[in-house]
Amino acid sequence: MAGIRFINVSFAYGDKKILENFSLDVEDSQIMCLLGPSGCGKTTLMRCLIGLNKPSTGEIYVGDRCVFSKDKRINIPPERRGIGVVFQDYAVWPHMTVFENVCYPMKKHKLPKDEIEKKARYALEQVRMSDYAPYLPSQLSGGQQQRVAIARALVSSDEVIVMDEPITNLDAKLREEMLLEIRQIQKNIGTTILYITHDQEASLQLCDKMAIMDSEGVLSQLGTDEDIILRPANRFVFEFIGVSNFFKLSKKSGVWCFHDNENIKFDGAIPDEYSSVVDMGVRPNDIVFDKNSNIRATVRRSVFLGSEYNMFVDFDGQEVRVQRSTFDDGAGDIKEGSEVGIKFLNPVFYNAKEA
Amino acid sequence: MRKASSDIAAMEGRRLGLDGIMTILSFILLFIIVVIPIFMIVYNAFFYQGKFDLTLFSSVIFDKENLKAMGNTIIIAVAVTIFGTIMGLFYAWLLGRSDIPAKGFMRALFTIPYMFPPFFGAMAWDLLFSGRAGYINRWLMSTFHLRTAPVNINSLGGIIFVECSYYFPFVFMQVVSALERMDPTLEESARIAGARQSQVIWKITLPLVKPAISAGALLILISSLAHFGVPSILGFSKNIYTLPTMIYALINKSGGSFDGIRQGTALSILLVAVVAIALVIQKKVLSSGSYDIIKGKSMRPTLIKLRGAKYPLLFLACLTLLIIVIVPLVMIFLVALVKAYGLPLVWKNFSFSNYQKVFASTATMDSIKNSLLLSITAGIVCMFLGVMIAYVVNRIKPKGKNVLEILSILPYSIPGTVLAIGVILSWSGAIFKITLYNTIWIILVAYMARYLSFSMKSASASLQQVNSSLEEASRACGATHTESLRDITLPLIKPAMVSGFFLIFLPAMRELTTSILLYGPYSRTLGVQIFALRDAGMIPQAAALASVAIVLIIICNAIVTWITKDRKGA
Repeated sequence: MAGIRFINVSFAYGDKKILENFSLDVEDSQIMCLLGPSGCGKTTLMRCLIGLNKPSTGEIYVGDRCVFSKDKRINIPPERRGIGVVFQDYAVWPHMTVFENVCYPMKKHKLPKDEIEKKARYALEQVRMSDYAPYLPSQLSGGQQQRVAIARALVSSDEVIVMDEPITNLDAKLREEMLLEIRQIQKNIGTTILYITHDQEASLQLCDKMAIMDSEGVLSQLGTDEDIILRPANRFVFEFIGVSNFFKLSKKSGVWCFHDNENIKFDGAIPDEYSSVVDMGVRPNDIVFDKNSNIRATVRRSVFLGSEYNMFVDFDGQEVRVQRSTFDDGAGDIKEGSEVGIKFLNPVFYNAKEA
Repeated sequence: MRKASSDIAAMEGRRLGLDGIMTILSFILLFIIVVIPIFMIVYNAFFYQGKFDLTLFSSVIFDKENLKAMGNTIIIAVAVTIFGTIMGLFYAWLLGRSDIPAKGFMRALFTIPYMFPPFFGAMAWDLLFSGRAGYINRWLMSTFHLRTAPVNINSLGGIIFVECSYYFPFVFMQVVSALERMDPTLEESARIAGARQSQVIWKITLPLVKPAISAGALLILISSLAHFGVPSILGFSKNIYTLPTMIYALINKSGGSFDGIRQGTALSILLVAVVAIALVIQKKVLSSGSYDIIKGKSMRPTLIKLRGAKYPLLFLACLTLLIIVIVPLVMIFLVALVKAYGLPLVWKNFSFSNYQKVFASTATMDSIKNSLLLSITAGIVCMFLGVMIAYVVNRIKPKGKNVLEILSILPYSIPGTVLAIGVILSWSGAIFKITLYNTIWIILVAYMARYLSFSMKSASASLQQVNSSLEEASRACGATHTESLRDITLPLIKPAMVSGFFLIFLPAMRELTTSILLYGPYSRTLGVQIFALRDAGMIPQAAALASVAIVLIIICNAIVTWITKDRKGA
C-alpha cells in the first residue's frame, strides 16, 4: 500500500510547457480522480508517474520510495516502479490471448505458476471476462479489450494503479458496473488508484477525492466530491463540473443591477469585496420561478426528461438554462411562451471577465 | 506525445541504453555500407594520388564511345519508359475496366515477368532472332529464301523490346490497383452529366490514375537506365554499349586493374548524373497532385462493354502474353534439352546431357551454393538490420533520423553497377585495411547495401501499425526494454520481417548486375555462371542452368505465397 506524491513536477514537449511545478498528494488506499479538460496534461502527468516521461524538475514518490528526483538524479525505469496501468487506448497485446495478456505482468514479476493462474482467473472474473480467456484481442469489442486492460492492471500491482480513461468505451450500464467493481476491488485490496478522466459523473461515483486541473495544467482544487460540487474554488471549477449560467452585474449609483440593463435591479446579497462589476454564476436547478420577482423572463423551450424539465428561458436577450423537478408544485403548468419571474438561489460570485 | 518514446532511453538509468546502442550502430553501419562507397566513387573520379584532377573525368566524358553509350542509355530508357507505360496502361485498363474474359488468369501471367531476371528473356530472344543463327530467323530465311536475317534482335530496337516486355508490369500493377481503388461513381457521374465513354476515359479516369502511372513510369525509367543484363547479352556482339555495360566492359578489359576501375568511376558519375536528371525531368513532366478520391477499399466498378472488340482484344492480349511470357520460358527449356546449339529443335536432338553436365560441374554447383548462401545471409542480415534501422527511425527518433532514413533508401536509386564499383573501391583496403576483393563477402556487402531498403521499408510500415503504447504497457507491467522488444514488438512485426526476408532473398538469387563486377574465381553466383557459360559459347548449358534457376524461383515464390496466405488466415 502506498500513496503517491508529486512535488514540483515540470514537463515540456520541446518548447511547449505542459506541467509547471505541479504538486499533488494522493493518500494511501484512496481513489483519487484527476479531472480536467482534454489536453490539460493529465496523461502527461500519468506518464511521468509511470516513468514514460522524464520530468525536467521535481520529485515523484510512490509510498516512501522515490521513483524520480531531478536533484538526487534518481529515475527508476518503468518496469521497476511497480505501478499497474490502464492505457487510454487499452494497449492490449494483439498477439497474445486474453489470458496470456493478464498473465504477462505476473510472469515478469516471477510469481509461481499456479499463483499466476489463480490470480489471472480471479482478475478476469472481476472484470466479467472469464469466458473470453482463450480469445485474441482482435475477436473482442473495444469495451471488452478495455476490461482486459483493467484486469491486467489489477494483477500488475497491489500498491498503485493508474487508469487513464478506462471505461470510455463501455455502454452506460456496464460502465456503472465497472465503476462499482473498481470501487469494490479497491476496498478489498486497498490499492491506491489514480483515476484520470474528463467525465465528472464517473469520478463522482468512484472517487474519495477529486483533483481538478484547469486547461493550463494547474491544479485548481483538491477536495472531496462534496467540497468540489458545493464549494468550487474558482470560476473554472464551477464551470467545469456542471452546467452553469453566468450573469454580469454592476453597481450603478450604489445599487446592484444587471450590467446590460440598469433598469433591472438585483436584490440579493453580494460579498463586499466586489465593488463595481461582478460575475454571478447559478446552476440551472438553483433558478426558481417566483411570480413576484422583478426579474422577468420568457420560457422559450421546455424539454421533459422524465424526472425533470429542462428549460431554456429568455432573460433580456440572454438564454438561461433552468431545471425544474417534475414533482415541484406546478412545474408542469409552465408552458412554452409563458412569462415568469425568476429568482436565484445559491449564487456564486467571481471577478468579472472582460466582456 | 510523439517525442515521448525517446525518453524511454533516458529511463534506463544507464547513460547508454539499448536505444543508444541501436542508434549508434545504425549510423555506423549505414556509414560503412552506404556513405563510404559513394564517397570513394566521387573521390576517385576527381582525385588522383591525393590531388584534384579533372583530366581523367574530362577524357572519359568526351570519349566518343562513351558519349555514344550515354546516348544509347538515354534512347533505350526513354523508349522503354514510353512504350512500357503505354503497354502497361492499355492492359491495366483492359483488365481493370473492361468485360474481357479470363481476367484472373491473364493477370497472373502478366505478373510473371516480375519474377524472372530480364536477362533470361534476352537469352531466349537471342536464341530466336540473333542474326543468321537465331532459330526463327533461320526458319524464315529458308522458308522465304531470304539472303539476310529478317529480324535483328541484337540492336537498339531489340533491347528496347525485351526490356519493355519485362518492365511494363511496373505500370500495369500500379495502375490496376489504382483503378480498383477508384470510386466508380466518379466515372458514372460523368456519364450522367453527358460525357461519352471515350471522354470519360480521357477526362476522368486517366487524370485520376495519373499518380499511379507516374510512379510506375518512374520505376521503369530508373530500372532501365541502370539495367545491365539485356543490353549486355544483346548488345556486346554488335558493339552496342550502354553506360552500365560500358563500365563492365572497361573494367573487364583492364582485368580489374585500378586504372580500369578509375575510368569506371568517372563513367559511374556520368550514369548517376543521367539518372538524377531523368528523375528531375520526370518530376516536371508528370508532376501530379494527389487525389483523395482514390479510396482504400475495393469497390465494384462499372465494366465497359467491349462488344465486337471483345474477342479481337482477347486474342491480342493472349498473343502478347504468349510472346512475352510463354515463348522465352519455353525456349529456355527447349534449348536446355538440345544436344548442341544450332541443332534443330526436334525430338531426336533432345537429351538430358546438359543437365548432367550442369550438375556434374563443380563450378556450377558452387555458383548455386554461393547464390543460396549469399541470398539467405543477405536476407537474414538485412532483415534484422532493416528492423533495427526502422525501429530507430520510427521509435527512438534521434536527431538526424531523416539522414538515417535517406541513407538506407538511397542505394536503391543508385545503379547496381555504380554501387559495385563503390564497393570494390571501399573494400580493397580502404576501410580498416580490409580487403574483401575476390571473396564472396564483397558480394554480400554489395547485396546488403542494395537490398537493405527493402526490409527497412517493410519493417517501417509494420512498425507504424504497432502503437508504441503496446511497448509502454509491457514496460509498466515489469518487462525491461529488451524484454518488451522481444516479447511484444518483435512478435508483432514478425510477418513484415518474413516478407522482408523474401523481398531480399528472391532478387538476390537471380542477381547479375553487381555480382558480375564483384565475382572472383571462387565466388561466382548463379547469375554470373549463366552469363559466363553463355559467354563461353556453352549456350545449351547456360539455358539448362537458367531453367534450374527458373524452377528454383518458382518454388520460392510458391513458398512465399503460401506463407503470406497462411498469415492472412491466422
